[in-house]
Amino acid sequence: MRWMLLALGLLGGVSAHASTSEQRGFKVFRQVCSTCHSLDHVAYADLSGLGLTQDQIKEYAAQHQVPDGLDEDGDPKTRVARPTDLIGSPYAGEAMARMANHGSVPPDFSRRAMTQKGGVAWIVRMLQSYAEAPAGRKLPPGSYYNTAMPHGHIGMPQPLHDGQISYEDGTPATTKQMAEDLGAFLEWTARPHLAARHLVGVFVLLYLAGMYVLLLLMKRRVWSRLRQTDASRNF
Amino acid sequence: MTERPTHEAGWLEKRLPIVSVFRREYVDFPMPRNLNSLWSFGAFAMVALGLLVLSGIFLAINYTPTMADAFASIETIDRRVASGWLVRAIHMGGVSMLFATLYVHMGRSLYYGSYKTPRELIWLTGTGLLAMVMITAFAGYILPWGQMSYWGATVVINAVNAVPGIGHPLASWLLGGDGLGDVALHRFYVLHFVTAFSILGVIALHVASIHVSGSNNPTGVDPQGPDDTVPFHPYYTSKDGLGICLFLAVYAVLIFFLPNLLTLSDNYVMANPVVTPKDITPEWYFAPFYAILRAVPSRLGGLVLAAGSIAVLFAVPWLDRSPVRSARYRPLLKIALPVLFFSFFMLGMAGMHAPTAPWLWVSRLCVAYWYAYFLIMLPLLPKIEKTYPVPVALQGQN
Repeated sequence: MRWMLLALGLLGGVSAHASTSEQRGFKVFRQVCSTCHSLDHVAYADLSGLGLTQDQIKEYAAQHQVPDGLDEDGDPKTRVARPTDLIGSPYAGEAMARMANHGSVPPDFSRRAMTQKGGVAWIVRMLQSYAEAPAGRKLPPGSYYNTAMPHGHIGMPQPLHDGQISYEDGTPATTKQMAEDLGAFLEWTARPHLAARHLVGVFVLLYLAGMYVLLLLMKRRVWSRLRQTDASRNF
Repeated sequence: MTERPTHEAGWLEKRLPIVSVFRREYVDFPMPRNLNSLWSFGAFAMVALGLLVLSGIFLAINYTPTMADAFASIETIDRRVASGWLVRAIHMGGVSMLFATLYVHMGRSLYYGSYKTPRELIWLTGTGLLAMVMITAFAGYILPWGQMSYWGATVVINAVNAVPGIGHPLASWLLGGDGLGDVALHRFYVLHFVTAFSILGVIALHVASIHVSGSNNPTGVDPQGPDDTVPFHPYYTSKDGLGICLFLAVYAVLIFFLPNLLTLSDNYVMANPVVTPKDITPEWYFAPFYAILRAVPSRLGGLVLAAGSIAVLFAVPWLDRSPVRSARYRPLLKIALPVLFFSFFMLGMAGMHAPTAPWLWVSRLCVAYWYAYFLIMLPLLPKIEKTYPVPVALQGQN
């Protein structure tokens, strides 16, 4: 399958220099979302699927600490994360996450694009749907006015602001741009092998199409014998 | 028919005649010459099952059957195991392909009367296989330990619990006491394997009995002589091969381009016993039976109706009294049976919707028809039905 993936790389134009929407979305996740949101099932090394280099992955992992059993006194130890570790949660545990977020855990991002009603399109819209609450509108404590939510409010403060981060490739970091890039990144975390899946699928179908033609010719030839014997018998 | 190779009389042949038996049963074996493409669905089922077993073995190598790690191990397979996403897609797609194939395969049997004398055993083992495939699929669906795994299993366990007397002890015997937890998950994992490999054994019986009675054909008339038959190879190997190619193409489109149809997205949320999903929907292949389960306001009643809807299939060879096999020559059955197929389809639709009007009434109507067809129409239709004359030879019936 390696040569197929290589072909995909060439077709898709994944090169080290141009940055893709997914890669920019990863930057948004890294600098903004990952303060509160987890990626429980994605390992640092998985980011190579986005086109990140080994060095970039090592550098990102090295910024994080992961639990590493107990020391001689029985106290919990940590070590620097390695590429094979899961990215996981910014909080030490569920209770900590709840305490920091008015009692609810910020949703995990691993499969969010699949499990969120409305999918990525809704997430992208929601990120741009913050506004001033209309006069007289009372919001529950710890919530923010957001027109994309069914009840008009959300527990997350507006995370994206124009120019909040700067993209290496010079793309202007507008709220809309960042929301869309993050959407592309979430799409990738939810379906990390989608591009390979489609490519392998095309190869499989081409193979089966060729096979079908050959088998059709063979079947016709085999069954024509029967027609010939019938014909010779009837005459 | 063809020249026999000399090695058949050799060392192996004297001790275990597998070569000559294979030649007799899979090369020279006489098949009716007029089989249509619906007769390829048995071969499709074999292909789907073979791929399920093979992919299942590779999944099992990477799966951990514990509450803490099951969900994460599936995520690891999908993300990091080399080609794991492909193996898992083949497995998940295989289930849908197998069920679709089995439903068509059984529908074909019902239409052409393949269950009638002398093929009752083929029908019985086949229906048994359907039940075994359902148990395997149910156990397998629990293994990823997503929300639908957990709550789907809960629905079924509640149904088992509703059986008076033995229900409760049976459920706790199955689950191992601590409800739907670690012990139960491990047991379902073992059950998934045991039933899957038992299926292979029952298939051997199913196929062996076909080789005793021979295949039925669209006319339902037995071949009268060598002019009515063709050897299995190369005639049906080439025909089935072509069909398998198309079958694999549909399978490939499903797993490579429509993977979202394979499972409900809710199953990508880890099982959470304190959060009940808004609606618990079964996989499409269980939907007709789920609709029957919910068709009556009693839990026990629903269970009896759903189990009965499959149990009644076992009696079909003895319920149908008509001497004519094929529906081609039975004008009334030709109408009644497609209505049954339509009812099954509508039950499936009802099973995927909330059990309120109008879907509740659709499922009630359809389940009533299901039982009426098997218990009333099959035995009584022959009394009023004027069948068409059946052909004497199979030549020209293609």
